[in-house]
Amino acid sequence: MIIAQRKPLEEIKEMVASYEKVLVLGCGTCVAVCFAGGEKEAKLLASELRMARQMEGKSTQIIDHTIQRQCEWEFIDPIKELVASVDAVVSTACGIGVQGMAERFEDKPIFPGVNTTFLGMPVQPGEFVERCQACGDCILDLTGGVCPVARCAKSLMNGPCGGSQNGKCEVNPETPCAWQLIYDRLAKLGQLERMMEIMPAKDWSTSRDGGLRKIIREDLKL
Amino acid sequence: MSETPFEPEITAFVCQYCGDMAADSAGWNRISYPANVKIVRLPCTGKVDVHHILNAFEHGADGVYVVACPEGNCHHINGNLSAKRRVTYAKSLLDEVGVGGNRLEMFHVTAAQGDEFARIAAEMTERIRALGPSPVRRAMGKSSG
Amino acid sequence: MSGDNGKELVVGSKLERLLKAGHFVVTGELGPPQNADRSVIEKKAGYLRDAVDAVNITDNQTAVVRMCSMAVAKMLIDLGIEPIMQMTCRDRNRIAIQSDLLGAYALGVRNLLCLTGDHQSFGNHPQAKNVHDLDSITLIQMVRQMRDAKKFQCGEEIKGQEPRFFIGGAINPFADPFDFRPFRLAKKVKAGVEFVQSQLIFNVPKFREYMKRCGDLGLLDKVYILAGVGPIKSLAAARYMATSVPGMDVPQEYIDRMANAVKGIPQEDKKARREAWEREGIKICAEIIQQVKEIPGVAGVHIMAIEWESAVPEIVKEAGLLPRPKLEA
Repeated sequence: MIIAQRKPLEEIKEMVASYEKVLVLGCGTCVAVCFAGGEKEAKLLASELRMARQMEGKSTQIIDHTIQRQCEWEFIDPIKELVASVDAVVSTACGIGVQGMAERFEDKPIFPGVNTTFLGMPVQPGEFVERCQACGDCILDLTGGVCPVARCAKSLMNGPCGGSQNGKCEVNPETPCAWQLIYDRLAKLGQLERMMEIMPAKDWSTSRDGGLRKIIREDLKL
Repeated sequence: MSETPFEPEITAFVCQYCGDMAADSAGWNRISYPANVKIVRLPCTGKVDVHHILNAFEHGADGVYVVACPEGNCHHINGNLSAKRRVTYAKSLLDEVGVGGNRLEMFHVTAAQGDEFARIAAEMTERIRALGPSPVRRAMGKSSG
Repeated sequence: MSGDNGKELVVGSKLERLLKAGHFVVTGELGPPQNADRSVIEKKAGYLRDAVDAVNITDNQTAVVRMCSMAVAKMLIDLGIEPIMQMTCRDRNRIAIQSDLLGAYALGVRNLLCLTGDHQSFGNHPQAKNVHDLDSITLIQMVRQMRDAKKFQCGEEIKGQEPRFFIGGAINPFADPFDFRPFRLAKKVKAGVEFVQSQLIFNVPKFREYMKRCGDLGLLDKVYILAGVGPIKSLAAARYMATSVPGMDVPQEYIDRMANAVKGIPQEDKKARREAWEREGIKICAEIIQQVKEIPGVAGVHIMAIEWESAVPEIVKEAGLLPRPKLEA
C-alpha cells in the first residue's frame, strides 16, 4: 500500500498560520493502515494544532473529520458543505488524496499533512519497507519475486554489483542486497540459470520517466 | 488583585486492578495524597489512547500520569505494555507541541502499595508545581482574562 | 588487421596490441582533479608515463565531482600516453553515454572501461537524481553493438564512422555471493567484454580460487584479466582497508608487517615512520604482483596508487617489470 509519514508539526503549523478555521481531514485507507493519517492520527493532529495555536494566542478553530478515502470523488463530494465552512484544509491523505481534494475544491487551500513516501508494506508491526516503484513493466516473474527496480539502489537489471557484501547493499549495511535476495530465491525455486541470462536494458518509458501515465478502460466507463 | 498560588491540575489514568486498588489501599490506611490529582478509572491502562492524554492537556491539565499493574502482571496480560508505548509516543507529541513531555509519566504499582500510590501522587504534584502551569492552560487563562 | 602475434586486432589500441602479443601488461590509474586546472594531470602523468602501458582515468569516482574522464583522456593522448576512459552508469542515461562515446572516439580514445558506478550517497552530492538507466552489462552490450553491428542502442544504424573501443569491465572476486562472481564474469564476457580489471587484491589464495573457477568456466581464453594491486601507505591505512572498506579482504599478515615496519623508529620521528611504512607498502605490492603473475590466466596487473602516483614507478621496478615494452608504430 501507499506508505506515508506525518509531517513535522512545525511545517503544518506554518502552512495554516494565517487561517482562522481549519479542517484536518483524515483518510481511512492506506494512511490509516500505516498509522500516518487515519481517523486517530487526524484527531491527534487536530488536538496538537489546537494546543499549539492556543499557546500562540491564535484561533483554535481546528476541527477534524475523516472520510473513507480521498482518492475517489464519491467520498469527497459529500463533504462539500463541511469544506465550504472552513478557511483551509490539512489533508492527512497521501499526495493523491490531497490533489483530489484540491481539484474538487479549487478555491480552498488544501495542505498536505503527510509526506507520501513509498509503496510498501509492514514486514513487522512498526516496520514499513519499500517494495515497488510502479515502473509499469513488472518483471517479478524473472527475478524470483524480488524487485530489482525498487529494492536495488542502482535498479540493476543484471546485478549484483561489486558493492554487495555479506548479502547487504553498499549504500546501507542494514539494507539487504536485492540481487543477493534474487539469487537466493531463484536457487530455492530451482531457477538459478536465470542469473546467467542477460536482462536487456529496461524500457523506462512505461515508468514515470515516460511522462504522466494514464489508463483508459472503456469497459468501465458509465 | 491578589495572586492565587498555582495549584496543579493533574489527571491520573488508573486501571481498575492494581492502580485503583492501590488508591483504595491508601484510603483504608489513611494515607493522604494531594487533592490536585483527579482519578480516571479504566478497565485496563491498555485502554488509554494517546488522544485521551492530549485531550486532558487540551482542556487545561497541567500534568497527566498513568498508573498500571507491574510489567508481567497486567490483568489483561500486556495492556500495560501498550500503555507504556503510547505514553512514550505521547511524550514526543507533547514535546513537539511545546507543552513538554515531562508533564506526562507512567508508573507501576501493586494493589497493596497504598503508600507508593500516595508517593507518586505527591511526586507528580510537586514536579508539576515546579514546572508551573501548562502553557496551554496559561494561554487559556490569558484569552479568558 | 593483424597484431604482433598473429592475433586479430579489433581496435588496434596499444593496450589491445600488447595483450594480444602476449605481454604481461601493467596499467595504472589517475584521479582527475576536483577543479578545472589541467596542470596536475601533467604532473601525475609524468610519474606514470614510462612505468605503465595504459592509464585509467576514473569517472567521478565515489560520486565525487571531478574533471570528466573524456577531457583528461584527451590530455593524456596529447601527452603521448595511452588512456583507458572510464564510463559509469550512475550519472548518464543511454543518450548521454552514446553521445560521449561518439565524442571520445573522435578525440582519439580507444579503450573504454564500462562500470556501474558507486552509489551517489558516497559522494559530495547525495541529493542528486539517480540515473542508472543502464548497468555495466547492458552498457558493455551497447558499446559492443555500436562497434560490431554499427547500431545505436535503439537499433538505428550509425551512418558513417562508428565508435570502436577495446571494451573493458571490472570484477570484484571478493564481493558476495562469492560463488556467483565467476558466473558474473561469464555474463560480462557474453555481453562482449574483452578485458577486465579486478578490485584490489590482498588475499591472493582467494583470488587464485576465483581464477581457477573462471578457468573451469572456460573464461581464461575469452577475456584478459588484469589483477588489481595497490600499495598500502601506512598501518592506519591497512587497518582501515581491512575493516571499513566493503569488499576489501586484507589478511592479518600484511597488517602485522606494516606494524613491524616501524619497529625501532621513535614515535616522534614522523618522517622516518612514514618512509618506513611506504617502503613496506611498496614492497608488499611488488610481492603480490609477483605472486599473481604466476596464476594461470592473469594477463597483467592494474596498479591503483590513489593520490600516490609517484609510488608506481618504484613498484613496477621492484616487481621486475621494467622497462615497459615498446611497440613499432
